[in-house]
Amino acid sequence: MKVTEKDVSYVADLANLELTSEERTRMVRDLNSILGYIDRLNELDTANVPPMAQVSDRYGVDQSKQGSERFAYASREDVHEGLRKSLPHEEALQNAPEADGIFFKVPKVIER
Amino acid sequence: MRPKRTGFFSKFPKLLNGNLSLDMNLLTIDAARSAIQERTTAATSLAEWFYTMIEKSDPQIGAYLTLAKERALAKAAEMDALAAKGEELPPLGGVPVAVKDVMVTRGVRSTAGSKILGDYVPPYDCTAVARMEAAGAVVLGKTNCDEFAMGSSNENSAWCPVRNPRDLSRVPGGSSGGSAAAVAAGMAVAALGSDTGGSIRQPASFCGVVGLMPTYGRVSRYGLIAFASSLDHIGPLTKTVKDAALVLRTIAGRDPMDSTSAEVPVPDYVAELQKPVRGLKLGMAKEYFGEGLDGEVRSSVEAAIQKLAGLGCEIVPVSLPHTQYAIPTYYIVATAEASANLARFDGVRYGHRARDARTLSDMYRRSRDEGFGPEVKRRIMLGTYALSAGYYDAYYLKAQRVRTLLTRDFEEAFKKVDAIVTPTSPTAAFKLGEKVDDPLAMYLADIYTVTADLAGIPGISVPCGETKEKLPIGLQILGRHFDEATILRLAHAYEQAS
Repeated sequence: MKVTEKDVSYVADLANLELTSEERTRMVRDLNSILGYIDRLNELDTANVPPMAQVSDRYGVDQSKQGSERFAYASREDVHEGLRKSLPHEEALQNAPEADGIFFKVPKVIER
Repeated sequence: MRPKRTGFFSKFPKLLNGNLSLDMNLLTIDAARSAIQERTTAATSLAEWFYTMIEKSDPQIGAYLTLAKERALAKAAEMDALAAKGEELPPLGGVPVAVKDVMVTRGVRSTAGSKILGDYVPPYDCTAVARMEAAGAVVLGKTNCDEFAMGSSNENSAWCPVRNPRDLSRVPGGSSGGSAAAVAAGMAVAALGSDTGGSIRQPASFCGVVGLMPTYGRVSRYGLIAFASSLDHIGPLTKTVKDAALVLRTIAGRDPMDSTSAEVPVPDYVAELQKPVRGLKLGMAKEYFGEGLDGEVRSSVEAAIQKLAGLGCEIVPVSLPHTQYAIPTYYIVATAEASANLARFDGVRYGHRARDARTLSDMYRRSRDEGFGPEVKRRIMLGTYALSAGYYDAYYLKAQRVRTLLTRDFEEAFKKVDAIVTPTSPTAAFKLGEKVDDPLAMYLADIYTVTADLAGIPGISVPCGETKEKLPIGLQILGRHFDEATILRLAHAYEQAS
């Protein structure tokens, strides 16, 4: 067993999840099963293989250009008014579970 | 033998009177558009007819989550007005389409198949959807999917599972199961789906329709509710390859709102279909025909490849030696990215908020606990674990390095061949409930599709026969980066010949 109940609690905490005790038991089982399968990656020697985080740094770019020059098309002038107007306040708040018309409201963070 | 498509609208008056018939399956984008252009029918009548069809069929299937009648009929009326003036309709003018619920639509509820977004009404439109509408498409509604597109059977939808129109005891595949089922059951002419590990191609294969995942960066992801940002792709599910080409031509191209959308010119994919396939080299990789491949799927796919050989393509053996490492790599990369993307659901700006939480942190936790389903929690946990201190190098960095190896496999193969032909899925559609208790078994349903997502290459699934139980089988054709034209052309040639 790689992942223990304690690990699950720790990771749940990092992920801002509570999980019931049944969920935790099941999670220990599932994560161990999946990670057991994932361990086959260790059969490969990857010491000299560069990591690949994105597809777009390899394709669809001007190969003759280097570094950030390659992605010049993806940037734009810094302007006051962007590509589109910001959402009106009202619309930005319309999906908020709780708002006061100006701000999103959340439970108190700091005790005074 | 493919039935002729021309006779459809001669039957239309009968159909309008509620005499529903599966002949709706023959209605393609061009057929619908030209009928509206020539005023054989009105776009509004056609949309109404589709809503009647949805009302009748969808209670059994569960393809739609939200209908957008007002918006659809307004667009349809706009197209009717153009036709009445004798103006030329845009390429998708009046064509009824469906959109997977992971794409946001202004003023129309968009849940991503999750309870956490149960009441979410977005204030903006996804670029792909906006481009479809700008081309005249009538968006009928939003289709069911696995929660946040995480799943291979559509059973992870927080709302209801989707059933396969060919056999209601079976899954339609996932995660774009609603989109595939809607097209297969004649409840939309075409649909948009998203593919992160196979979620367009695998359901297309299970439901007997065409599904295309474009190259990463070919279609803007703006307004696609993110699952794994380096792997998410939007693409079409359609009845014919030509329709897939039409939709791709509509949605492809650089979008300033998505910096990963590539500045690569968009060819006329429809015109490209006419080029000959003779002389193209097709790679066949033994890694895609090994253990776990169902016998009936194998023989259908091999027969399809023989048919392409008969059309003058040369079949060349290739090797993609790291294929067996694709699923483990995927489940690290995708879950790591998901754990970061899904951190935004905290009950503050939108989405579900738990009641009566006393502290902010209590509110975050309980909102997420109540809002996310089991598979989403499992992936957030796996991704968070893989990124956590002490495991980052062993899991996340390792997977990124193997991702390079998987991509190099394709680069090597594409030095020798123009496309690679494989089965889309190792089996035909499985039964509902068959794999729900075994996440790993479910993950393996994507074994032939995930590698293309990791490498960012395009892939298409085209129907290539049925099992003895009449379940559809899909042929997958993978291509070079930004070479959708070649795989569409091959799929089209195969479709026309079969």
